[in-house]
Amino acid sequence: MSFAPSTIDLASRLDRQAPAVEVRDLRKTFKRRDRKTSGRFARKRPWPALADVTFTIARGECVAILGQNGSGKSTLVRLLSTLLIGDGGEARVFGHDVDRESSTIRRLVNRVSVEASFFKKMSASENLSYAARFYGMTPRQTRTAIPEILTKVGFPPERRGEAMENLSRGMQQKVALARALLTSPVLLLLDEPTTGLDPRSKLEVQEFIRQVRAEHDATILLCTHDMAEAEVLADRVGLLDRGRLLFLEPVEDVKRRFKVDTLEEAFFAATGREFVAEEGDENDDEYREVFG
Amino acid sequence: MSSGVGSTEPPRSAGPGFAGVGAGRLALETRNQLVGLFGIVERNMYLTKRYFLWDLAFMVWTIANTLTIVFIARGLHLPPAEENTAAMALLVGATIWAFLGIIFEFMTETVAWERWEGTIEYTFMAPLSRFVHLFGQGAFAVLYGLIRAAILFLAVAAFIGIHAPNANYAAALGLLALASLSFIGVGIMTSVLPLISPEKGAQLGFVCQGLMLVVSGIYYPVSVMPEWMQWISKISPATYAIRGCRNSIIHGTGLVWADVWPLLIIAVLATPIGLAVFRVGERHAKKHGKLKRAG
Repeated sequence: MSFAPSTIDLASRLDRQAPAVEVRDLRKTFKRRDRKTSGRFARKRPWPALADVTFTIARGECVAILGQNGSGKSTLVRLLSTLLIGDGGEARVFGHDVDRESSTIRRLVNRVSVEASFFKKMSASENLSYAARFYGMTPRQTRTAIPEILTKVGFPPERRGEAMENLSRGMQQKVALARALLTSPVLLLLDEPTTGLDPRSKLEVQEFIRQVRAEHDATILLCTHDMAEAEVLADRVGLLDRGRLLFLEPVEDVKRRFKVDTLEEAFFAATGREFVAEEGDENDDEYREVFG
Repeated sequence: MSSGVGSTEPPRSAGPGFAGVGAGRLALETRNQLVGLFGIVERNMYLTKRYFLWDLAFMVWTIANTLTIVFIARGLHLPPAEENTAAMALLVGATIWAFLGIIFEFMTETVAWERWEGTIEYTFMAPLSRFVHLFGQGAFAVLYGLIRAAILFLAVAAFIGIHAPNANYAAALGLLALASLSFIGVGIMTSVLPLISPEKGAQLGFVCQGLMLVVSGIYYPVSVMPEWMQWISKISPATYAIRGCRNSIIHGTGLVWADVWPLLIIAVLATPIGLAVFRVGERHAKKHGKLKRAG
């Protein structure tokens, strides 16, 4: 069953020959305040968030992009979800250019980000209705679809009328996942979907992602700094470091290539640095975009 | 499990011809956009319900503020009939100021509130046309603003004891509805300001509102202003809305063509210009990563 079969004419928008995601020489540079200078006339220097990134994701594939905070993962997700405009190169989703055909892509893509952003005074149900209307789902459709999808992500249905501000971080993230899945995306962009969750919630979300993969024709791009998560969920794992994609291949190939046993060791072998994935670091993409 | 992900199967139909597919897709797209428009109005209803007491407090402030203006007529010590006319003229001006304030507030909140809540990226990556998105916000603002303006007008008129025996309320409402189309267009232009300056953009919307009203004869006839301001007043939709509403409520005048045609022209021009301005601002924000920025 699909929740929105009659409202979203996806079939006609999909180029069945094209890969789900095709990124070629993609570049994005932000300007960042120079730490050595300060005040109103502080100098700004270019800071490459993505530097000539090239990769392809096949339809139905789950690819994980690993990277420390500030490596460019969120920038990549934002570019693919039409929220940023690149400085060079190109990105295509099912054959559609993200810049020139953004309205088509918006029908195909949805996203879960690290912060579960909602209208805090509104309930889970109301927030989901709001999101679903944008994709053409009527009140009659959401009346059944919302409780159903909330149950599937492990959200207690009896709490769907509670204001979001009263829900725990884990509960909010489940609603965020429900919001993304409710609109039937064929490309799901997961940007640190389990960051900050308690171990149990983390496992539940991971299990749900696995179920979505197993039973549906969805392509998943998972950006994370959790190497274990990438290893268990993804077909191929890529490493984004300081805006450069160092590799993108199956986990076993990565280990074989670097002659190591773990992805942490592969990271060290590829970059010469320890993998440090501190949360909320000022080097993350958010910082760069907000204060840069 | 049967979640909604990946429903890519083509619709089961009898296989319409090329024209049928085009028309079908257009109909589907139109339907989806209308549902999206409803979604914007519905969300604002939820939020209004949640913040009802705050809105009530703001309503009390608006009434108090309007009273401070309308009491000026009492202080002029005019004969009763003239005092009544002066009070009504001030009340109409203050009511339209409040109405316009609601529209500008809602329009600038299109971006500002969603950025504060963090939902802006989800709204901007949804397949809703920007016109429908902004028009939906404007449509709710007009409905909500009209209700508040009516309450304000009746409350102040009753408190001070102003009479409007000849009032043609239908004509005044009609003119205000027509002017609202222009107000939405101008509001769309100002709603882009928080995209450009997350910190100060929203406040700049109120500056625009003030500038529009100062040249529109809000509490005085346009003729008392310097000539250059009178020229500017000709392109302000508020000029025709205030003049027309005053005449309808005080003198019982119906819809006057001299007020209607400028409003029609401004309405036709304001929305496309507003949308073009918004698109430029949105592109700027997407280019510089300013869409999601807490300010």
